[in-house]
Amino acid sequence: MQAIQSQELTAFQTSPDQYRHWNLKVDGPVARLTLNIQEEDDGPEYLLKQNSYDLFVDIELADAAQRLRFEHPEVKSLVFESGIPRVFCAGANIYMLGKSTHPFKVNFCKFTNETRLGLEDLSENSGVRTIAALNGTAAGGGYELALACDEIYLIDDGTSAVSFPEVPLLAVLPGTGGLTRLVDKRKVRRDRADIFCTVAEGLKGKRAKQWGLIDDFFPRTKWDEKIEAAAQAGAAASKRKSDWKGVALPALTPEYEGNRIRFEHVEVELDHEARSASITINGPGAKAPTNAADMHAAGAEFWALKAFRELDLALLYLRMDLPGINVVTLHTKGDVADVLRLDAALFENREDGFVREVLLNMSRVLRRLDLTAKSFYALIEPGSCFAGCLFELAVAADRSYMLVDDDEANTIALSPLNGGLLTMTHEKSRLENRFYGEPETLQAALESTGSAISGEDAEEQGLVTMALDDLDYEDEVRLAIEERASFSPDALTGMEASLRFPGAENCDSKIFGRLSAWQNWIFQRPNAVGPKGALTSYGQPTRPEFDFKRT
Amino acid sequence: MSLHDQIPNNVDLSHDRRLQKALESWQPKFLDWWREMGPEGFQEKDVYLRTAVSVDKNGWADYNYVKMPDYRWGIFLTPEEGERKVGFGDMVNTDSFDEVPGEFRNSLRRLIVTQGDTEPGSVEQQRTLGSCAPSLYDMRNLFQVNVEEGRHLWAMVYLLHRFFGRDGRDEADDMLERRSGNADKPRILEAFNQPIDDWLSFFCFTMFVDRDGKFQLATLAESGFSPMRRSCRFMLTEEAHHLYVGDTGIQRVVKRSAELTRESGGDPYSLGGIPLEIVQKYINYWVTYAMDLFGGEISSNAADFFAAGLKGRYNEAKKYTEHEVNSGEYEIPVVEGGKIVNRKVPMRNAMNELLRDEYLADSVSALKRWNKIIADEGVDFELTQPNKRFHRHQGQYAGHFFNNDGDLVSEDEYKACVAAALPTKEDRDLVKSLMQQVTEPGKVANWIAPPKKGIGDKDTDFEYVKL
Repeated sequence: MQAIQSQELTAFQTSPDQYRHWNLKVDGPVARLTLNIQEEDDGPEYLLKQNSYDLFVDIELADAAQRLRFEHPEVKSLVFESGIPRVFCAGANIYMLGKSTHPFKVNFCKFTNETRLGLEDLSENSGVRTIAALNGTAAGGGYELALACDEIYLIDDGTSAVSFPEVPLLAVLPGTGGLTRLVDKRKVRRDRADIFCTVAEGLKGKRAKQWGLIDDFFPRTKWDEKIEAAAQAGAAASKRKSDWKGVALPALTPEYEGNRIRFEHVEVELDHEARSASITINGPGAKAPTNAADMHAAGAEFWALKAFRELDLALLYLRMDLPGINVVTLHTKGDVADVLRLDAALFENREDGFVREVLLNMSRVLRRLDLTAKSFYALIEPGSCFAGCLFELAVAADRSYMLVDDDEANTIALSPLNGGLLTMTHEKSRLENRFYGEPETLQAALESTGSAISGEDAEEQGLVTMALDDLDYEDEVRLAIEERASFSPDALTGMEASLRFPGAENCDSKIFGRLSAWQNWIFQRPNAVGPKGALTSYGQPTRPEFDFKRT
Repeated sequence: MSLHDQIPNNVDLSHDRRLQKALESWQPKFLDWWREMGPEGFQEKDVYLRTAVSVDKNGWADYNYVKMPDYRWGIFLTPEEGERKVGFGDMVNTDSFDEVPGEFRNSLRRLIVTQGDTEPGSVEQQRTLGSCAPSLYDMRNLFQVNVEEGRHLWAMVYLLHRFFGRDGRDEADDMLERRSGNADKPRILEAFNQPIDDWLSFFCFTMFVDRDGKFQLATLAESGFSPMRRSCRFMLTEEAHHLYVGDTGIQRVVKRSAELTRESGGDPYSLGGIPLEIVQKYINYWVTYAMDLFGGEISSNAADFFAAGLKGRYNEAKKYTEHEVNSGEYEIPVVEGGKIVNRKVPMRNAMNELLRDEYLADSVSALKRWNKIIADEGVDFELTQPNKRFHRHQGQYAGHFFNNDGDLVSEDEYKACVAAALPTKEDRDLVKSLMQQVTEPGKVANWIAPPKKGIGDKDTDFEYVKL
């Protein structure tokens, strides 16, 4: 295996001046994202017709949401609209999907799902009301994008419709949470949803409103005025704090050296032969700001923001570009006390506009980790700082191994951030999730907040999987990694996804669960991707042929 | 009078309770629509119209004076004998279907709605033309075209009512609610939202846009879905008259313009005629819109419709021997990386383009006849067809700038080309300035040559409309 070259990695970083498909316009409290997808931009393999999207369109969308959070505190409502006539968005490009490998399809859907959940997060937690102004037909992923918004309006021009043509036309499912959001979020009656999902051309204004698929419909001549009114009303009702100056997010600039990707605070090292990688995060250090004013002044350089942005990008590369890596070990370097001090400051200032965004970003990155199909082992070794926000990594991991050293210098610690500020997709804290059946253990752990915990106590309190002395540690860890890397990656993905999220589901977790269980199964089946499957024959002169035996 | 007495039909309306129920609700709405959006100012006049009262040889053309709202819009299917098979696609030679197969329900409904929506659309577009008709003969032809477009709407509504349940009834109602050129509720296809407020536009429309209708109907008349096939066959007999109106209309304009060009020494407008350059621009305008109607050059829908046996090729049964079309390619110029490149497309995906080419070949023959008339007058001018890629709003070429030679050009060059090749406001104003109503039987306006023969057994000076 060759050393990593930056050009082999997916271009996840962008900025509004580089957007090719979206136009972000901020006008006081109202932002508008106009979709005008450039057909020919993404290679000769497929044309992005009718505002149909691929990964790069969604990367821009995810970036735009991030810019609104950090760079535009003044924005309180966000309008999505199309820049081309009669079509809002035709969803994911089918030719692109047809030509993609299975792993790419899965990662593509996962990323687009996270982007949409991010939009819901933007509304619920950052106070930016989201409005889908469907000034043309929204099909498939186009309507799913609308479903991720708070309000959906459809132009009433006699032809524009909302639709889910996936089942009847493509023999797959709406892959970005559409089915779940229909019945769970918008509470569309299930039999109506059933009809809607099998009528390829979908429903127009009146019926769509009657069935709860949209909130309202307006004629073309009233359109601009109605949408503007909705945007202003959404902004007026927002509780977003705008009393802070936006923080620009410059591109991260990792360096590539042999098998390493080196960021400022995060380093990834790959061992292709062993099918494993390590991620090391350096702690905040002693000089991290401890009051809101200094945090603002640090801006994008603030450790709590930058380190987690770097971790996010590292996770994306691992998922999308490094499929051969099966096991990822998680490491931290630094002082437990530094993390605790920073966490206390973050907790104290959690209602500050900027700090709030920093914490929300942290949450999203940790959720990205929860949802990454790699085996994670946290290795807690002397010199590490698995405390507070970084201890979340150890609880997010499938297992954690802690070295018990003679002088008990190797410790972990909880901070107030572990108490419920950094929730998982199903709205539990990672500790609650860990101690699902043990409320007393959870209580005891939370009571230890702030104090350093050594290896044996940590194991005793259930905070690590295993605490081992130096005679056993090295071998045990080596064997655990080698064993893990030898198992079927498919079985591991399924097993981990099943074990990571005990307890009740919510809309978010169902979306991922359904995606993994059903869509990814259907994506493998001959009826979709076989030589005569519907995805394969889409756009071809032959009609699909199905195996009609029900599984 | 009961519903089935009012509505001439051969679909057993008197025994079809579902159809009766649907039409009882729809027919009054249709009449309201006709009164509101049909020909303006002539609803209470007696017009010498042809009505189809049955499908037999003499029944389809019954001539009489009728007030348009009393016109007997009927439902007719061309009779067929013997067992019919699906004529093409994946199910070729299996029994053709009398009911809608569930699998194709949505595709078929979309086909029918798209076709059906054009019928009332054209009536709306033409509603003000009566007030500037160049003769009673032409006025009557306009109204004939209008009532028959109304009947074609009935034909499509019959299919929706009879075979598509509640959704079909809703779609039928929607077709009376959309309005040509209305910003809020436009007709589905763009050609049916363009204004037609002068007679040159009307003739171009019936010549070129109705000709698209002919080709679409012809491909549907091959369909494996019997009611659609038979319905479209019958519509084709009526459509032929519309094309005749368009073809002879332009022919008469061209003849008069050539005469006046010759007489005036090159300035026909000085003698009240339309310059041939402007006729050419109108042709360019309408042919390019008509070409949009055929849909994308490379189309998975077209391939699906063919595969499903719903929409065949032009003259599928007569012209072709192989009806599955699983192999073979069609070369289509496409834009790639800023250049025009020929791409080979599987034949089934190129069905729209195939049909477009048949259409263009058909209209070229008319251009040749008109050019002969110009030449016979001794005028040096030749009418041509616009380039396939110029001024397109649908398909591969939409969104790119092509000149009328089919070359990729800059936006500025394109704008210059539009100004030179399509009617400008001044051109339209010039044409409109010549539009004067002529109501004396046998007389025609100065800008157009008189017709060669009358309608039915009547002469050209017959009082076709009693004003």
